[in-house]
Amino acid sequence: MSSNPEIAALTNREYEAGFTTDVESETVAPGLDENVIRRISEKKGEPQWLLDWRLRAYARWLEMREEDARWAKVTFPKIDYQAISYYSAPKPRKKLGSMDEVDPEIRATFEKLGIPLSEQKMLSGVAVDAVFDSVSVATTFRAKLAELGIIFCSFSDAVKSHPELVRKYLGSVVPYSDNYFATLNSAVFTDGSFVYIPPGVRCPMELSTYFRINEAKTGQFERTLIVADEGAYVSYLEGCTAPMRDENQLHAAVVELVALERATIKYSTVQNWYPGDKEGRGGIFNFVTKRGACRGKRSKISWTQVETGSAITWKYPSCILQGDESVGEFYSVAVTNHYQQADTGTKMLHIGKNTRSTIVSKGISCGHGQQTYRGLVEIHQKATGARNHSQCDSLLIGDKCGAHTFPYLDVRNASAQVEHEATTSKISDDQLFYCQQRGLGTEDAVSMIVNGFCKEVFRELPMEFAVEASKLLSVTLEGAVG
Amino acid sequence: MLEIRNLHARVEGKEILRGLDLVVRAGEVHAVMGPNGSGKSTLANVLAGRAGYEVTDGSVLYRGRDLLALTPEERAREGVFLAFQYPVEIPGVTNSYFMKAATNAVRRHRGLSELDAIDFLTLVKQTMKDLEMDEKFLSRSVNEGFSGGEKKRNEILQMLLLEPTLAVLDETDSGLDIDALRIVADGVNRLRSPLRAVLAITHYQRLLDYLVPDRTHVLMNGRIVKSGDRSLALELEKRGYGWIERELGAEAPA
Repeated sequence: MSSNPEIAALTNREYEAGFTTDVESETVAPGLDENVIRRISEKKGEPQWLLDWRLRAYARWLEMREEDARWAKVTFPKIDYQAISYYSAPKPRKKLGSMDEVDPEIRATFEKLGIPLSEQKMLSGVAVDAVFDSVSVATTFRAKLAELGIIFCSFSDAVKSHPELVRKYLGSVVPYSDNYFATLNSAVFTDGSFVYIPPGVRCPMELSTYFRINEAKTGQFERTLIVADEGAYVSYLEGCTAPMRDENQLHAAVVELVALERATIKYSTVQNWYPGDKEGRGGIFNFVTKRGACRGKRSKISWTQVETGSAITWKYPSCILQGDESVGEFYSVAVTNHYQQADTGTKMLHIGKNTRSTIVSKGISCGHGQQTYRGLVEIHQKATGARNHSQCDSLLIGDKCGAHTFPYLDVRNASAQVEHEATTSKISDDQLFYCQQRGLGTEDAVSMIVNGFCKEVFRELPMEFAVEASKLLSVTLEGAVG
Repeated sequence: MLEIRNLHARVEGKEILRGLDLVVRAGEVHAVMGPNGSGKSTLANVLAGRAGYEVTDGSVLYRGRDLLALTPEERAREGVFLAFQYPVEIPGVTNSYFMKAATNAVRRHRGLSELDAIDFLTLVKQTMKDLEMDEKFLSRSVNEGFSGGEKKRNEILQMLLLEPTLAVLDETDSGLDIDALRIVADGVNRLRSPLRAVLAITHYQRLLDYLVPDRTHVLMNGRIVKSGDRSLALELEKRGYGWIERELGAEAPA
C-alpha cells in the first residue's frame, strides 16, 4: 500500500473512445441457429465449401460446453448466445470507389480514434484495412502492395478473389473444433483481414487493421489469416477500440498465422477495448484465439501485445514450432485497473530440432484488477536442442489487486534447455519519492516507472506504435496510484 | 536561505526531532554531525517532504516561504535538492532519460527553455567528465547495479545538473573510498556560490577536510545541542560525542 497521499488521485479517467456513430446499420435479429449462419454466408456470397465449413463448426459448437472454456482465472456471468446479433453491417449509400466515398460519419469516428484513414496520413506509410463493425469499409494501399504480389484485403474479399489460398490455410492452424470460442467464431465469423506475402518479398510497410465494435449488442467475430510464403517478411499491427456500452459485449476473434521456410511474421496488437466502468459494469469480453505455425525451416513468428482494455481478456497467442531452427517469440504487456480481469500468456510448442522460443510477459495490476500469466512450454520428443527462455514480471500498484503466474513446462527431450524467471514487485514509495525529489510530478513519475518496467516489450513494437502504447499505458494508469 | 525554528517531527508515531533550530544563510556550507539515531536523516527527509515524516510543531522557512506547505516536487523545482543516503533503483528507465526529464522539469519551473537531446547530452557528458564518471552510466537504468560509490557519484551528477539553491547531502560520504570522497567533495565545492547553501549531514569529519564548512552543528536527541566552526568537527573526531552528552549534563532523552 502506498503511504503517499498524492499517489491516490491518479486512475479515474473516462474512456475516451466512448461514442457511437449514427449510421444506418443492417443488423440480423439476435439469435443463433443454422439459418442465421446460412444468411451470413449468403449475404457475403460465399462458396458452398465455406458454408459447409461454418455448418460443421456450428454442429461441433452445439456439442461443446462453455463451462469447459472456463478454466481461466476469470469470472463472468453466463453469456446468452441467443441474445447476440451475429451480423451487423453499415448500409453503404452507394458502392465505394475511393476513400472519399466512405460514409462521413464513419470517417469522423475513425478520425476521433486517430486512425490515419485520410490519404495524406496514409502516405506516412501505414496501410489500413479498417473493420467497422463487421464489414471492411475501406482498404488502402492495396494497389501499391499488389505490385509486389502482396495480397492485403478483407477476409470476405479474399474469399472471392483468392479462394484457393483461403481454402488451403483457413483452419489449418486453429481448427474449427479448437475451443468453444474459436468454434463459435468459425461458425459465425463475419469479416477480418487476409494477408499473403509471396516468396522472397519483404512487405515494405507495416500493415495495420483497426477494429471497432459499434452496434449495441453485436458480438464481433473477426477472422484474420496471414500467410508468409518462403523467405517473406511482414509486420502486422492490430489496434482495437470500442465505444462505451453498458452490456458486456462478446468479442471472439481468431487469428491464424502461417510462416513457411525462412519467413518471418511479426504481429503486434494494441488493445484498448472498453474496460467497463470503475465499478466493473460493462466492458468487452475479449476471448481470442491467436496461433501461428512456423511450418518451414528457420521461420519465425513474433507476437507482441499491449493489452490495456476489455473487462476480461482471455488470450494466448501461441507458436507451433514445426520447422527446424524455427523461432517463436511472445512479448506482452497487460494492464488491469478497476475491476478488469486478464488471463493471458502463450503456448510454445517445440516440435522441430533446435527450435527456440522467448517469452517476456509484463503484467501490471492496479485498482481491483486481477491478472494471470498462463504459459505452456512444450518440448516434444524429437525437438533436440530446443531452447526456451521465459520471463514473467508482475507489478502491483495498490493493495487490492492481484497477480498470478502459472507456467506449465512439459519437456520430453533431455537436450532441451528451458529457463523460467518470475518476479513480482510493487511501485515503491521510495521510487516515487526519488522521482518527485528530482522535480517530477506524481503522474509523470508513475508513468516513467511503469514504462521502464515494460521497456523490453515496447522496444519490440514498431516505433510509432511504441509511442502510442506508452501513452495508452499512462492513460490507463491515471488514478491508479492512491 | 533556510530558517528552521523549533522543529518537531515524528516517524511512525515516534518523536525524532524535538525542537530543532537551525539557520543557514546564502553562501554558507553547514555540517550537521551526530551519533546514530540522533535525527540526522529525519531532518533531511523532512526538508525534502518525504511521506511518513510528520511535522508536529515548528516551522521551516526557505527563502522566506513556508517550505512545509510545498509538495516534494515543488520543493525540488524551487531548488531544494536531497542527495539520498540510499539512492533508489528504477529498472528500465535510463539514467540519461531520467536526468533529462528532471532537468527539464526544473528548468520549466524556473522559466528556462527546455534542453533538447543534444544540448542535454553535451551538458551531462561534460559534468560526468568532471566527476570522472564513465559515459556508460548514461545508458544504464537509474542506479541499477551501480556500486555504492557509483550511486553517490550519480547523486552528485544530478545535483550539478539541477543546480539547486539548497543542497542537502544525507551521508553522501558514507561508503566512499578516499578518491571518490575527493571527487564528490569537488563536485559540491563547484556548486558553492554566494547564492547557494549546502547542508552536509555526515557521520565522519573526513568529508569536511575537503568540504570546509562555515559552521558545524551537533545534532543529538533531535536537537542542535552545540554549534561551532570547523574546529568543532575535528574535536568530535578526536573525542567522540560522549563529552558533549556529559556537558549537557542531566538532560535525559524523553
